[in-house]
Amino acid sequence: MDVLQKSSERIPLSQRPEYADVKPVAQDDGPNPIVPISYTDEFRETMDYFRAIYVTDERSLRALQLTAEAIKLNAGNYTVWQFRRLVLKALNADMNKELDFVDGIVERNSKNYQIWHHRRWVAENLGTDLSTRELEFTKKILSKDAKHYHAWSHRQWVLQALGGWKDELAYCELLLKDDIFNNSAWNQRYFVVTRSPLLGGLGAMRESEVTCTVNAIMEHPENESPWRYLRGLYRNDTQALVKDPQVASVCLKILTAKNNYVHALSMLLDLLCHGFQASLEIRNAVYGLSDSGAQGSDLVKVVCSILELVDPMRANYWKWRRNMAPAQAAQCLKDDGLTGLSL
Amino acid sequence: MGELAVEKHVKFILTIEKEKDSFESVVMEHIRLNGAYWALTTLDILGKLNTVDQDEVVSWMMQCQHESGGFGGNIGHDPHLLYTLSAIQVLALFDKIDALDIDKVSNYIAGLQNNDGSFSGDMWGEIDTRFSCVAILSLALLKRLDKINVEKAVNYIVSCKNLDGGFGCTPGAESHAGQIFCCVAALAVTGSLHHVDKDLLGWWLCERQVKSGGLNGRPEKLPDVCYSWWVLSSLIMIDRVHWIDKEKLIKFILDCQDKENGGISDQPEDAVDVFHTYFGVAGLSLLEYPGLKAIDPAYALPVDVVNRIFFGR
Repeated sequence: MDVLQKSSERIPLSQRPEYADVKPVAQDDGPNPIVPISYTDEFRETMDYFRAIYVTDERSLRALQLTAEAIKLNAGNYTVWQFRRLVLKALNADMNKELDFVDGIVERNSKNYQIWHHRRWVAENLGTDLSTRELEFTKKILSKDAKHYHAWSHRQWVLQALGGWKDELAYCELLLKDDIFNNSAWNQRYFVVTRSPLLGGLGAMRESEVTCTVNAIMEHPENESPWRYLRGLYRNDTQALVKDPQVASVCLKILTAKNNYVHALSMLLDLLCHGFQASLEIRNAVYGLSDSGAQGSDLVKVVCSILELVDPMRANYWKWRRNMAPAQAAQCLKDDGLTGLSL
Repeated sequence: MGELAVEKHVKFILTIEKEKDSFESVVMEHIRLNGAYWALTTLDILGKLNTVDQDEVVSWMMQCQHESGGFGGNIGHDPHLLYTLSAIQVLALFDKIDALDIDKVSNYIAGLQNNDGSFSGDMWGEIDTRFSCVAILSLALLKRLDKINVEKAVNYIVSCKNLDGGFGCTPGAESHAGQIFCCVAALAVTGSLHHVDKDLLGWWLCERQVKSGGLNGRPEKLPDVCYSWWVLSSLIMIDRVHWIDKEKLIKFILDCQDKENGGISDQPEDAVDVFHTYFGVAGLSLLEYPGLKAIDPAYALPVDVVNRIFFGR
């Protein structure tokens, strides 16, 4: 049976001899007025026949074919998918062919949860070395939509369950080269750096990762993702963040350039709250951004005032940061084990 | 600023509920229970729940329930946690939770918890923090949270926390506003919000607001009305909603209305649907838009409905 039969060649189920003994079951939804759109007729007929097979729990080849047609008309119908799985099991079907089936329909339906879950179920059932095939599968989807949430989720599962880590960091780099703003790729980067059994963990990778991240920031200082990634690299080790000259340096460069400096100011604010001693150049760069020519020893307050002006949508957040700053600085020093040191 | 076209939206909802043979309706028949929840909750927020035939809805809904106690998306569909929550929520709206065999339903839900504390959506085993949320909200509304291992459930959710303070669908998955709502609501309802870094997450969430005033779900993505719910309710639950510009968000939501035919869409000028109509109206309620019933940010039900359940008559 041709699972990939085109809609234009479709013979109504009522005219197919192999379904002659099936009595279609209508959806119990209420009165059934005449519907002008023929697509809906095709849909309704297919679902009526599906319901008949489902109700009698018929797990045959023609049932399998019917689920394929129903899925192609509406891949969101989870009951059809579940029944298909029961039929596949009963027929002891070739799961490799099932992967082919999903390949054939995923492009039109990639945003649908059911397809992804089914794909995983098939892969789990196959139990053979599918890592390469599954990574290729997700890569294909990501090449059309590099932020596709389901594809990334499936890819993470593949790596952890089936392996294939070797080229993953390089893949992230490729995607970021395409679009440095791709937050999913940054997330995957963190996933690889922290979880790959081949890379030695965050400690070993941090220095090189900071360099890459700083370069990305210089390219587009307005890009939210690398700033968050940078903070993530120093998770649980804020003093190292404060002491890393690359971090202070990139802030200074951006503040001096006076362009897209909101995230740089925000990072500087975090550093200051963790005991960072701002150099004269940094101080002057900040004062240079302030219209009122504000000076004064409390750099934190100046930074917050500027942020309130240039990022007015989040003015309340920056006001809060300004009010919290003295207490926050003291707490941060305490948390970082630096009580007793004066600023 | 524009206005909320209440009458048009009510009409839109009542019309699509009746139009069982429109293409959209036929194609969404397997999630009709979700659709019922979105439509009816919207009507309740707009003060028009009494325009529906309560008995008809409840009688149809009970036919969606299975032997196992779980509900399918429509009659003849397999049970799943998602539709089970919608059923409980709809019954809550009508003050008819006692139509349920509560132990049966809660046993179905509790049976889907895994050893690591996560929840599967149904017997087929898909795991996602959405299901943790749905299971916990369901059991909380049924007052049967003691049927699951709450500590393990919380630990699983916490394992999905990311470096930006947000949450994904599974450990390591990208932070996404929808998943964040699910995790924060589940933590809120189980008294576990101390696991959330509220300042860090609050900042991530308020950064979702883009120039147009709308909210996106992840960095560098487009704004969508549904995030007016996911992001906003999360901010409210962690007490940081004052970090966004409320006026601008209200304007964005109102701009997404179809003022001629009713309904709200994901972005201005796009086609409307009941899903975005619900999230738009619910978002406006959270923003205290005048004339709307207050909605609970965790249970996603009107506050008076939630109070009725927990503080009785």
